[in-house]
Amino acid sequence: MIPKLPFLSKKVPADKSKLFIPGRRDFLKLSSLIGGGFVLGVNFQCSGPKGETVTFAPNAYLSIDSDNTVTIIAHRSEMGTGIRTTLPMIVADELGADWKAVKIQQAVGDEATYGDQNTDGSYSIRMFFEPMRRAGATARHMLVEAAAQEWNVEASGCDTREGMVVHQASGQTVPFGELVELLQQMPIPEAEKLTLRKLSDYKLVGKSVPIYDVKDITEGKALFGADVDLPGQQIAVILRSPVVGGKIRTYNEEKALQVPGVNKVVQISGNGVHPGLNKPLEGLAVIADHTWAAMKGREALEVDWELGENQDYQCATQMEAMIESTLKEGRLRREKGDVKQAFSSGGRIFENTYRAPYYAHATIEPPTALADYKEDGSIEIWAPTQHPQWARDSVAEALEIEVSQVRVNVTLLGGGFGRKSKPDYVVEAALLSKAIQKPVRVQWTREDDIHHDFYHSHSAQRIKAGLDATGKLTAWNHHTVFPAIGGTSSADELHPSDGEMGLGCTDFPYEVPNIRIESHEAKAHTRVGWLRSVSNIHHAFAICSMLDEIAEEQGMDPVGYVLSLLGEDRQLAFSEEMKGAYPNYGEAIEEYPWDTARMKKVIQRVAQEAGWGSAEKDGKTLGFAAHKSFLTYVACIVEVAEDEAGNLIIPEVHYAVDCGIPVNTDRIRSQFEGGAQFATSLALSSAIQFENGRVIQNNFDGYQIIRMTQAPKKIFTHIIESTEKPTGVGEPPVPPFIPALCNALYKLKGKRIYELPVKEVFV
Amino acid sequence: MTAGFSEFYYIKVPYQKTDAMEKYRLSVNGNMQEVSAPEDMPLLWVIRDLLSLKGTKFGCGQALCGACTVHVDGVATRSCSLPVSAVGDRKITTIEGLSANGDHPLQKAWQEHVVPQCGYCQTGQLMNAAALLNENPHPSETEIEEAMAGNLCRCGTYNRIKDAILTASKS
Repeated sequence: MIPKLPFLSKKVPADKSKLFIPGRRDFLKLSSLIGGGFVLGVNFQCSGPKGETVTFAPNAYLSIDSDNTVTIIAHRSEMGTGIRTTLPMIVADELGADWKAVKIQQAVGDEATYGDQNTDGSYSIRMFFEPMRRAGATARHMLVEAAAQEWNVEASGCDTREGMVVHQASGQTVPFGELVELLQQMPIPEAEKLTLRKLSDYKLVGKSVPIYDVKDITEGKALFGADVDLPGQQIAVILRSPVVGGKIRTYNEEKALQVPGVNKVVQISGNGVHPGLNKPLEGLAVIADHTWAAMKGREALEVDWELGENQDYQCATQMEAMIESTLKEGRLRREKGDVKQAFSSGGRIFENTYRAPYYAHATIEPPTALADYKEDGSIEIWAPTQHPQWARDSVAEALEIEVSQVRVNVTLLGGGFGRKSKPDYVVEAALLSKAIQKPVRVQWTREDDIHHDFYHSHSAQRIKAGLDATGKLTAWNHHTVFPAIGGTSSADELHPSDGEMGLGCTDFPYEVPNIRIESHEAKAHTRVGWLRSVSNIHHAFAICSMLDEIAEEQGMDPVGYVLSLLGEDRQLAFSEEMKGAYPNYGEAIEEYPWDTARMKKVIQRVAQEAGWGSAEKDGKTLGFAAHKSFLTYVACIVEVAEDEAGNLIIPEVHYAVDCGIPVNTDRIRSQFEGGAQFATSLALSSAIQFENGRVIQNNFDGYQIIRMTQAPKKIFTHIIESTEKPTGVGEPPVPPFIPALCNALYKLKGKRIYELPVKEVFV
Repeated sequence: MTAGFSEFYYIKVPYQKTDAMEKYRLSVNGNMQEVSAPEDMPLLWVIRDLLSLKGTKFGCGQALCGACTVHVDGVATRSCSLPVSAVGDRKITTIEGLSANGDHPLQKAWQEHVVPQCGYCQTGQLMNAAALLNENPHPSETEIEEAMAGNLCRCGTYNRIKDAILTASKS
C-alpha cells in the first residue's frame, strides 16, 4: 500500500472554479439583511436599512464591508514563509484595494470552502497564484460594473485603485464600500472568464512587500499556539514512551497528584510500532492548573514501560547495515543504457559512500494545541498547524465524531518545517479535553520535541561514476537507502516511495548515457517524517559532492563541468526510464518539465555574481552546487575561510534562483537567507542519534543548531526575471547549500566531506 | 462577519488555587503584581500563565535558546531558568513593557528590515538586543554576534537581526 503522503500528493481541486463559488448561504443571509421592498440602485448606500454594516463576499477569499473594510482570507498557514501576506497581497493587487487598510483573517480548516490548506511542499504560491488573482478580479469586475452603471459610463473606462473605483476620463471616484449594496444584487461572473491585470500593471506583485504581522510580532502581540487562553482551561504535559511502540504496563500517579496544581492523570493509548503520521504516541498526561505544575507532576510519575521491539534499535548499527546493503543489487528505480558495460570499458571510476544523520525539526515553538470539547459533542481547536484539514479529520477520527463537529482555528506557527503538518499533538489535546470535559492545552517541552519528532531519516548512499578514456562521464550508478516515511505507518514500507526517490535522486538531470538508480531496504524504528526539502537534502549532498569531485580530479572547473553535463537546452520528462511513477511534486511533467536551460541560466548567474573563477584571495575558497527541487531552479556558491582561532567562517553566500514570476521579492530573499542558515545547521552541527531505541540528545545543548556567531555573514539572492508560472521558495534553498559548503571546505582544507554533519575538517 | 472566519479568544484566566503556594509581589512593566506560586516556578510561567503576558516565549526551559528573555533590573535574563522566589524586588520588563507604543528604536528597526520570519523567537531577540544597546550603544558586528549568540532563530533571521541592531544603534 502506498501511504498517503500529503506533501507529495497534494489535492488539486478537480474543478478550480469550485473555489470561486460564493458562499451561497452567506450570500443569501447577507442579502436578506436588505429586506423586502428595499429600493436599490438609486443612491450608493453605506449601510443596510437598519444601519448594519453590510458585507459583500463574492468568494471565500475576500469580503468588502459597506464601511470600506476589505478583508482577505489567508487560508494557508503562516510558519515563517510570509504566505499569510503574499497570497492576500495578490488578491489585493488584482482587486485594486488599499493594501495598507486591508485586514487579513486566518481561515479555519475547511476544505470545501477554501480548497487545499496543506501548507507544505513549497506549493502555496504554485497552486494559488492564479486562483488568488481570479478571486480579486471577480470583485474588481463587479465593482467596476456597478460604478459604471451608476455613472452611466462604459465599464472599460473605469478601473480600481486604492480601494476606489475610478472613472479615468472624469477622474470621478467612489469607495468600494459605497457599492456593496449594489454588488449584492449583481450576478457573480465566472472567475475563469475574467480578464486579469497584466503582470506589469501590478503594484505589489513582483515587489518587496513587508509581512502583515511584523508590528504585532515586534510588540509581542502576535498570537502563537500557546498564546490562546480559554476560561477554565487546564494544561497537560505528557510522558510519552521513550521508544516508539512502547506500551504502559502499569503506572503510579500518586506522587504526581500530590504536586500542588496537578488535578488529574490521563492515559493516552499509542498505535503500536508503526504509529502512523497522525496518531499520538502512548503516554501519560499530567493535567494541571498551569504549565509548571504539569511539568513537575510529570517528573513525579512512575511508569513501568513495555518498550517493545524497538528497544534494541541502534542507529549506528543500522547505518553500517545500510552502507553494506548498497554494495548489493537493489530495487531498480530508474535505468538508462547499461552501466555495467560502461564500467567495464576501462576508463576511470569514482566510487563514494555518503552518509547523513537523522535530523529533528526543532521549531523554536514546541508543538502545542488547545482543545475545547463541548457538551454537544463538538470540539474547537486552536493550534499552530500546517495542515488544519488533516488535523480536523484526525480529531474527528480519534473522537469518532463528524468532521463537521470539529473546528480548527489556526494560530501563527513558531516554525513548521514539516513538523507541524502532523496533527498528533492536536489529537492529544482533543482526547484529553474530551476525557476531562474541560479545555486542555497540551504543551510539549523541548525535550519532548527532540525525543518524539517525526525525524528526517538518516541515509546512506553509494555513487559509482564511470568515465570513458576521454574523461567523459558515461555511467552513473546511484544507490540510496534510508528508512522511508511510509515505514512510520506500515511494516511493509521498506523502500523509499517513488515520491521520495523523485526528490533529487531519480530526477538526476545530467546527460549521462548510462544511468542506474537503485534503492535498498531499511526499516523505520522511529517516526520518520519530512523536513524542509525532505530527501533532497541527502540526495543533493551526495550528487553535487560527487560531481565536484569528478571535475576537480580531472582538473576541470566544477561550474563549467556541470553546465556541460546539463547538455543542450532541453526539457526532460524521464518517463521511459523511470521504474515507477515520477510525481514531479504533484504537477504534470508537461506543465512543469525539467528545463535544462533554466538551470544553466541560474548557474551562469550565480557564477557571475559570486566572482567565480577570479583568483581566490585572503585564504577564502568558493564551493558550488546547483539543485532543482519543488520545481524551483537554484544554484549556490558558498565562500568559506578560517579565522585566527581555526574556526570556520562563511563570509558570503550567493544564490541564484528561478522561481518563475517572483511574487514577493522580500520574502523570496528571506527564504533564501533562512534556507542558508537552516542548511548550515544541517551541514555543520545537527544530528539525532538513537541508542536502545531512544534519542540520546535532549535539548539544544545536544541537538545543536547554529547561532549568530556561526551564521553566514552575507547572503545574496539573485532572482531571475521570469514570466514562467511561479513556484515556491520555502524548501529549494536548502539542498544545494550543503554540498556547495562541503565543496568549498574541500578547497580550503583539502579534505572531501562524505559524512554529515561535518566533523573532521574543523573542531 | 462572514461565517467560517477564525476569531481568537484572548482572555485573562485568573489563577485560583492557593494551597501550598507562596505569595510574591513582583514589579512587572512598572506595575506591582501579586501572584501565588510555588517558589520554584520559573518567572517565565509566572509571566505567561499567571499574568497572561504572552509575548515572552517558551523555547527550551534550560536557558539555551533565549526565547524567554526578559529584563531583570535591565539585565537580559532567561526567565525560564529564574525561580520566582529569586526575583525579589528587582524590576521585570517584558516585551510588553519595552516601549509605550511599540516604538523602541529596535522595534522600529526590526520593522524597517522586516526581520521576522515566523516571529516566535523575535521578542526574546529584541529584549536581548535592547539590553545590549543599553550596555553598549554602538556595538561592532562582532560584539553583536557575541552578545546575541544565546538567542536561537531556527528560521535563520540572524543577518537581519544584526542589520537591525546596527540601524538602531545609529538612530
